[in-house]
Amino acid sequence: MKRFLHYLTIAGVAALPSAGYPGNTAEPAPGDAVAVTRRITEGQYRNIIADVFGTDITVGGRFEPDIRDQGLLGIGTSRVSISETGFEQYRDLALTVAAQVTDAQHRGSLIPCTPGSPKAWDDACATKFIQGAGRLLYRRPLDQAELATLVGIAQKSATQLNDFYAGVEVSLASMLVSPQFLFRKEAAVADPAHPGRARLDAYSRAARLSFFLWNTAPDNMLLTAAENGSLNTTAGLSKQVDRMIGSGRMSGGVRAFFADMLGFDEFSTLAKDPAIYPKYSFKAAMDVQEQTLRTITDHLLAQRGDYRDLFTTRKTFLTRSLGALYGVAVVDDVANGLPARWVPYEYAEGDPRAGILTHASFVSLHSHPGRSSPTLRGKAFRETFLCQRVPDPPVNVDFTVVQNTDNPIFKTARERLTAHRTSPTCAGCHKITDPIGLALENFDSAGGYRTLENGAPIDTSGELNGKPFADSVGLGRAIRDNPEAPNCLVTRIYSYAAGQTTKNGKDWIAYLQAGFAADGYRVPALMRRIAVSDAFYSVADTPVEETEQ
Amino acid sequence: MSSYHDFSRRRVLRGLLGGSAVSVGLPLLDCYLNSNGNAFASGEALPVCFGTWFYGLGMNPGLWEPTKIGDKYDMRSCMAVLQPHRDQINVISGLTAHLEGGNPHATGARVVTTGETTPPSGAVAGLPSIDTLISDVIGKQTRFRSLEVACDGSARTSISQRSGSSINPAEVSPAAFYTRIFGPDFTDPNAADFKPDPRTMVEQSALSAVADQRRQFAKNLGAADRARVDEYFTSLRSVEKQLAIQLQKPAPMAACTIPAKGNDAEVGTDVTNAVANHKLFSALIAHALACGQTQVFNMAISGAASNLRRAGNTSTHHILSHEEVVDPVTGYQPNVTWFQERYMEAFRDLLVTLGSIREGDKTLLDRTLVYAMTDVSYGRNHSTKNFPVFTAGSAGGRVKTGLHIAGNGDTICRAGLTVQQIMGVRTGTWGTTLNQTSKPLSEMIA
Repeated sequence: MKRFLHYLTIAGVAALPSAGYPGNTAEPAPGDAVAVTRRITEGQYRNIIADVFGTDITVGGRFEPDIRDQGLLGIGTSRVSISETGFEQYRDLALTVAAQVTDAQHRGSLIPCTPGSPKAWDDACATKFIQGAGRLLYRRPLDQAELATLVGIAQKSATQLNDFYAGVEVSLASMLVSPQFLFRKEAAVADPAHPGRARLDAYSRAARLSFFLWNTAPDNMLLTAAENGSLNTTAGLSKQVDRMIGSGRMSGGVRAFFADMLGFDEFSTLAKDPAIYPKYSFKAAMDVQEQTLRTITDHLLAQRGDYRDLFTTRKTFLTRSLGALYGVAVVDDVANGLPARWVPYEYAEGDPRAGILTHASFVSLHSHPGRSSPTLRGKAFRETFLCQRVPDPPVNVDFTVVQNTDNPIFKTARERLTAHRTSPTCAGCHKITDPIGLALENFDSAGGYRTLENGAPIDTSGELNGKPFADSVGLGRAIRDNPEAPNCLVTRIYSYAAGQTTKNGKDWIAYLQAGFAADGYRVPALMRRIAVSDAFYSVADTPVEETEQ
Repeated sequence: MSSYHDFSRRRVLRGLLGGSAVSVGLPLLDCYLNSNGNAFASGEALPVCFGTWFYGLGMNPGLWEPTKIGDKYDMRSCMAVLQPHRDQINVISGLTAHLEGGNPHATGARVVTTGETTPPSGAVAGLPSIDTLISDVIGKQTRFRSLEVACDGSARTSISQRSGSSINPAEVSPAAFYTRIFGPDFTDPNAADFKPDPRTMVEQSALSAVADQRRQFAKNLGAADRARVDEYFTSLRSVEKQLAIQLQKPAPMAACTIPAKGNDAEVGTDVTNAVANHKLFSALIAHALACGQTQVFNMAISGAASNLRRAGNTSTHHILSHEEVVDPVTGYQPNVTWFQERYMEAFRDLLVTLGSIREGDKTLLDRTLVYAMTDVSYGRNHSTKNFPVFTAGSAGGRVKTGLHIAGNGDTICRAGLTVQQIMGVRTGTWGTTLNQTSKPLSEMIA
């Protein structure tokens, strides 16, 4: 009888201290890390369907919204379930995908065999398809019982509907709504190298790795490495990590992480008043995200750049239509270049647009629909890039103290917010948000450039941790040189990869932070350091061996 | 109230799931409506319906609470547009949402919708919302346990949750909502013939097989993850049940007609479009109720801390609530008041729509109870005292209407407890810590 390990989560027990590995003291494990069960995201769902069945399979329909927790949707995925309405949506998605995979147009290439008759049941052919697709969708080989169930569904459906492909379709749709597909449930086994600790099993290891680096399920090679055990060896793990980091698909993983960290999911409901910002369309909202993600992946992956320079780089990518939003002329030297084509663009030395903080993706996302918001921008700056927490406004605050009804006409945001920063109730928070946000006041709610607000000149001076600066370029330099910025990135990227934060893993985080600095703040090197580390797959649960029922 | 459905369901399912794939003619003659159309032939009343209606940022204190307590109360200026419906509306004043820190909008909304005071330690903990507690009693025998819509363009604007990790997303497009209810999966309850779709049968059977994996999948999980997995399987079972219901001949519903498909106003935060889409949603929900597709709904004209905006204005309703200068003559913020009036017009549209569907000598509104709620009582200062909430409809005679009920500073959870008890939820207390109460508003219980 197959034996496997059962783990009891230590609930209510004080978190274990960071456990240094004997023989590898340089790599302290986060002692409170646990195996997690995460709901796959919309992006991951789409990537998996494209990987397994091809990009011409349309994933139409809506997804249950993700929840942001401690700054990341990637952590929220460990907290969400699927609601009743949400299940209905996943079912619609599954039916749509399954119908396409088995339709006359696709079955020839996606189903690896032809049944004896399209109207009759063919056990061997159905089994072959379900086994192959199931391995990729469940991210491990199907066990006997699962295979029997899925083939049984197909057979029953095919027989009742007199249609082999309809049977396969119903069975595939079941896989796509099953918890094995929609949730990434991690399993752990005893860690022979570190008695008393556990580690993710090979398939969970493969999945954590693949979703982290590529934002999709493990491919055939990675699953094979899990199957043959090589992924559990240092050399085998390094080989897979290097293959993945060297692949063009890394940009998908890097994009997914930064889109999460930068809160780009909020663009789906971001509104700008078209009467005030006529150039800010739905298309523009998509383009401003793409501009930033292109800038990030080019800088970090193609140029192997220093993470910190993202805050100062004058290099970016623009389309001609996005140039119109920014008020700069984008020259496309390709004959008949389309307005939507992306071209590299470099701002001149001294231009106020330097670094990703000045991109419309940041300043428009953290604004009101009809005007800028130094407070929202300052809050987002501290929370996103420095991992600080800015408290909510207090309950039952008396806003009349900040409302000068005798002289309501404050022309600039700085004037309007002065009242907040001088009132004791409000000052605590506004003092930490507004001086940062005011440095970005040259950029309106849609990302356009301006020097006047209501006819009055805009003063963009401010300070960060006592370092004064004159404008947005100075703000970019100040955060570039702030050691908390790269430290925050390390914390975020680990939490994103692991689906959890660590409370007692300070040594582990410090180890990664020191490594990040030693690597010249190269993000792929940081991701590699995490991915090849035993500590990344180490979980604190105590294994209890149990015989399978 | 649902014994009729129980009866037919069991009977149909026994026949169908026993393996018969042929069309089944069901002896449901005893279930036809009586000659008035306001009850089933057996004399059993048409089922009651429940809805929540959410609007953001409360109303101007002093301008919505009637001065007279009891019946024939005076409808005040903020709610003036509802005057013609006064006798179907109960205005409840003087109740408080006690907060214990946290974001006031989120906390206020949480207290009103779930009774939970203390902010959850994790971001997504949370108790079930009032509508899910009620749908557990009245929503199990319909195709949809409940339907959620939001008029501000965000699927996240939904009060409906089983827990903080299982929030029912709202539909934001009336056109998509139409397809969900009246699209290919809709069965006209008044159609003469009924043939269960063999495709639905195999899909239901396949879902059953997935449901059977529950024990295996929940193995080795900690308590929190197991709870999430349980929620997933609860949702799966609910959809499986939806399919089972589609396999039985629906009870005839005399007032059921299939509405025309309208065109969405632009989906987003412009309040004019939000009100226009609200009107389309109202019609679709009314038809869904009249056709027996659901008995529970949740509508939001805006979310908590409403981000609806007026075209061409630089501020949202929420921003205005904090920043707009008070008019020295009226003592209120004029633009903020303008938003409140639009919301009340939207509520009026819902009442008119529900009231326009005649079921014999009564209307759909007569067998419905709508609980209108908000996140703070006065947005300008985040006050949560004297919460402006109200109800409409008499839930088939279970509610006394046309009353102004004064709450004397008690917790707002008294209103939530009251509507639950009216809807048949067997609970004597509701709410946590300071908001816990066991005192329903007995004035409105018939």
